[in-house]
Amino acid sequence: MTISKDEINHIAKLASLNLSEEEIERYTVDMQEILQLANTINNVNTDGMNETIGSNEKSNVLRKDEVIEFGNIELLLSNAPSKDEGMFRIPKVIN
Amino acid sequence: MSRDDYEVVIGLEVHCELSTKTKIFCSCSTEFGGEPNSHCCPICMAMPGALPVLNEKVVEYAVKAGLATNCSIEKNSKNDRKNYFYPDTPKAYQISQFDKPLCYEGYVTIETEDGEKQIRIERIHIEEDAGKLNHDEYGRGTFIDLNRAGVPLIEVVSKPDMRNSQEVEAYMRKLKSIFEYIGISDCKMEQGSLRADVNVSVRKRGEKEFGTRTEMKNMNSFRNIVRAIDYEAERQIEEIEKGNKIAQESLRWDEISGRTFSMRDKEDAQDYRYFPEPDLVAIRLSDEYIEKIKKQLPELPESRKKRYKEQYELTEKAANFVTSSKYYSDLFEEAIKICNNPKTTGNLIMSDIARILNEREEEPNCIKFTGKELGELVTLIDKGKISSAIAKKVLEELFNEVKMPSKIIEEKGWIQISDEESIKQVVLKILENNSQSVLDYKAGKDRALGFLVGQAMKETKGKANPQMLNKMFLEELNK
Amino acid sequence: MELYEYTVHELVEKLEKREVTSEEITRSYFNRIKEKDPEVKAYVSTLEEEAMKKAKQVDEDRKTGKQVSKFAGIPIGIKDNMCITGTKTTCSSKMLENFVAPYNATVIENLNKQDLVYLGKLNMDEFAMGSSTEHSAFFKTHNPWDLARVPGGSSGGSAAAVAADLAPWTLGSDTGGSIRQPASLCGIVGLKPTYGLVSRYGLVAFASSLDQIGPLTKDVTDSAMLLNLIAGHDDKDSTSIDMEKKDYTKSLINDVKGMKIGLPKEYIGEGVNEEVRNAVLAVAKKYEEMGAIVEECSLDVGKYSTAVYYIIACAEASSNLGRFDGIRYGYRTEKFDNLKDIYKNSRSEGFGPEVKRRIILGTYVLSSGYYDAYYKKAQKVRTVIKNSFNKLFEKYDILLSPTSPTTAFKIGEKSNNPVEMYLADSCTVPVNIGGLPAISMPCALDSKGLPIGLQLIGKAFDEEKIFRAAYTYEQNTNFRENKPQ
Repeated sequence: MTISKDEINHIAKLASLNLSEEEIERYTVDMQEILQLANTINNVNTDGMNETIGSNEKSNVLRKDEVIEFGNIELLLSNAPSKDEGMFRIPKVIN
Repeated sequence: MSRDDYEVVIGLEVHCELSTKTKIFCSCSTEFGGEPNSHCCPICMAMPGALPVLNEKVVEYAVKAGLATNCSIEKNSKNDRKNYFYPDTPKAYQISQFDKPLCYEGYVTIETEDGEKQIRIERIHIEEDAGKLNHDEYGRGTFIDLNRAGVPLIEVVSKPDMRNSQEVEAYMRKLKSIFEYIGISDCKMEQGSLRADVNVSVRKRGEKEFGTRTEMKNMNSFRNIVRAIDYEAERQIEEIEKGNKIAQESLRWDEISGRTFSMRDKEDAQDYRYFPEPDLVAIRLSDEYIEKIKKQLPELPESRKKRYKEQYELTEKAANFVTSSKYYSDLFEEAIKICNNPKTTGNLIMSDIARILNEREEEPNCIKFTGKELGELVTLIDKGKISSAIAKKVLEELFNEVKMPSKIIEEKGWIQISDEESIKQVVLKILENNSQSVLDYKAGKDRALGFLVGQAMKETKGKANPQMLNKMFLEELNK
Repeated sequence: MELYEYTVHELVEKLEKREVTSEEITRSYFNRIKEKDPEVKAYVSTLEEEAMKKAKQVDEDRKTGKQVSKFAGIPIGIKDNMCITGTKTTCSSKMLENFVAPYNATVIENLNKQDLVYLGKLNMDEFAMGSSTEHSAFFKTHNPWDLARVPGGSSGGSAAAVAADLAPWTLGSDTGGSIRQPASLCGIVGLKPTYGLVSRYGLVAFASSLDQIGPLTKDVTDSAMLLNLIAGHDDKDSTSIDMEKKDYTKSLINDVKGMKIGLPKEYIGEGVNEEVRNAVLAVAKKYEEMGAIVEECSLDVGKYSTAVYYIIACAEASSNLGRFDGIRYGYRTEKFDNLKDIYKNSRSEGFGPEVKRRIILGTYVLSSGYYDAYYKKAQKVRTVIKNSFNKLFEKYDILLSPTSPTTAFKIGEKSNNPVEMYLADSCTVPVNIGGLPAISMPCALDSKGLPIGLQLIGKAFDEEKIFRAAYTYEQNTNFRENKPQ
């Protein structure tokens, strides 16, 4: 199992990360080692096993359809790096 | 090769906003409009540490949609995360469903020129809507409003079973009609609560393999869907005829130029990295639950249509039209309870009400008056209080302001003139002023009678009882 | 004896007897923090003004005979990944350096009902990713037993604060051992409750299917008391279990006669430091002396836990951390012309190297072509591990193991080798994979004078047996006589 720098670059793109040449170098080596560890799971026979989904066997946790407004827009917007007219502001996105 | 040697293949992904009171994963209101970000909380704004809890109505509505479109219901369903970065998706993932949609393998029946046709539905799943990006005309940037973020949607994925834009329109209209009947959505296309991603490909007739498809996203009017499909199918055929290959891509339909354009910023192949949403638990539906929902379903259009033909003796055409929308059908049923005249009621809906809506560029859900008003209107016609010409005018009024028709005709002075003395005076006046027509009639020209009646109607602004006019003219002329 | 040296149950008694006020207790802690925290560096931020105000108000309430909780006025420290309205919640990350939480975590709401006093927010590995608290973006926390060593992690601040008497008790979070391993390295008691027992609402998510909040305390009694305050069903967390509330202090019974304890041989074998192994074997012997039945058993698939853990935890983290995009809150880069730059540069500048490493791993294992081989396979192995645990619990009441294969290591010793660091969690991660409860408590000092922790693992929602076994051990031994210098 080898992983190439190109793959790291592709993954970084999917994760919206901008990696320096040095970081790519380092993560390529790290990932090699980590994946070697990860690959050990192939030694486990999982024939006929279901995947675990979530950490417990709960089901049907449902909420009533009743409105409860949070009611404090100010507070929700208070951490925004840039905002205007009650909205979050970003550079123009071409649709 | 000619155009006729090609077959167009269309599949749809229809997104329908559910009319729940609250969002899919938090208790914020789904109300349309309002100040930006006023229907938001830490959950739908994706604040660190906030967690989703599924709205029970969303499951109920989706199961209703599935049952009403002949789907099987998944008894062991779950939610999944679809990961991508876009500013209208604050968590950087949309909670959707991947391999266990709530409903699967259904169909709806549409009417085509060649008769009925089944369009198969692959799946219906639940997911959350995205926020709104507002683009500033002064170039100061894009502004994000998350009021729509987290509004519940169902996505209905059809099989590629449609072969032309008429079938697509019929299919969309059918889905809209069904969802309105079962009351899970207001289906307001102009507000985007019903919209479709349209996949179009073409192939030479007789070929087994599908051609490469293109996708037009977020189409939200029947007119544009039809135009876009027709354009895109022609474009693809032309490309192939020129020997070019069709690129699999997302296209944007521009309604002003009437063309499709490649969406360049979506060029990166997406890898959504779906995985089961660990913040939510399994959705397990029992047979009892599904049965209970089934029992709650109202009578669906197919059944109503059959009943209208049998019970009320409506024509195929009228029954079809009246049941094409829940709003027409409900209006009809309420009105006939009052007037007991299905035929006239059906005709008024099919001809006059439909025409007025068309002129106003509105959909049946925009009708503000109810069966109470329409029923009275039909009764007034039946009792001879107004003519059908006046009835049309009353309907126009009803679209402007909801009032009882009896009140409208009274206020407008549109009550039919039915007393003999008044009618006689009008008749005598018309005869006196049109001596040539009298001579014509006596010379055997029957058409002259029609002219005289018309003149009398004009004189009374349509208020005179036409049967009485007819009768009295004949009496006078034959004296 | 100084006020800050008492356990919470002792302080509660003193408050009830009116021997002391909350103001005095709280003041004592802030004095201690001023004196000691500059070298331990457990706190990211302190809340002195609010805390003193709250303490005085509670004292006033008590004086005027108002009905108050017996814990009213008791101070507490909170790991900096739990939201408290109006205070900074940084996750020890540059990304959230200035983030002020707009809402309360459910655990905070629960503590507010008891009128607890918040001393401040505690340092951690950035976004809880690490085992040494060296991955804090702000500064490293030091182990009170030896300042040249790490306190463990990720709840290193929470553990060091309790060990150094900078807080009577604290809350931490545990995804793969983040409460128990630092508790072990700092010689205190740390409990990771069963998944679903404590609400995760308002805990900044690392790995949703593994994260649990739990108490770090000076002794077992305090652990049971703090669990009483935070456990319980929460409508806001779909994974929270709806069951009757228990009083865990009722399990504080000094008796383990007939209790069946399994000792998985894999955790006292290869890779475990000899002094640690011997200490745990001595614990097993002690339990036998106290009347328990101890048997060696096997959890063979346990060895795959670390691999399973890193695949699942990183996959979930890569998705959970997508929301940190520099738009609605958090760090925004200054270098941008367009939206893509905001995303990429804010995240690249705002996240530290370990966080980025895990996002890359998580993104990789979920990406097209690798999902089945890694994520799906790992979730199947997870089922195998859970089944193995279930089998063991058919036979045993609890399982005994070391908490960490080694005692506290030197700062910088492992920080360059991710895999070596990941293996520091090998005794604790199986518990998170199984969603089980486990406690770490000190049992001995090694030859360097560093604490060794023992781990007791119970079956799901059986915290009672863990408390009973831990309490009995504590009552019949005397570790608490040791204190860091």
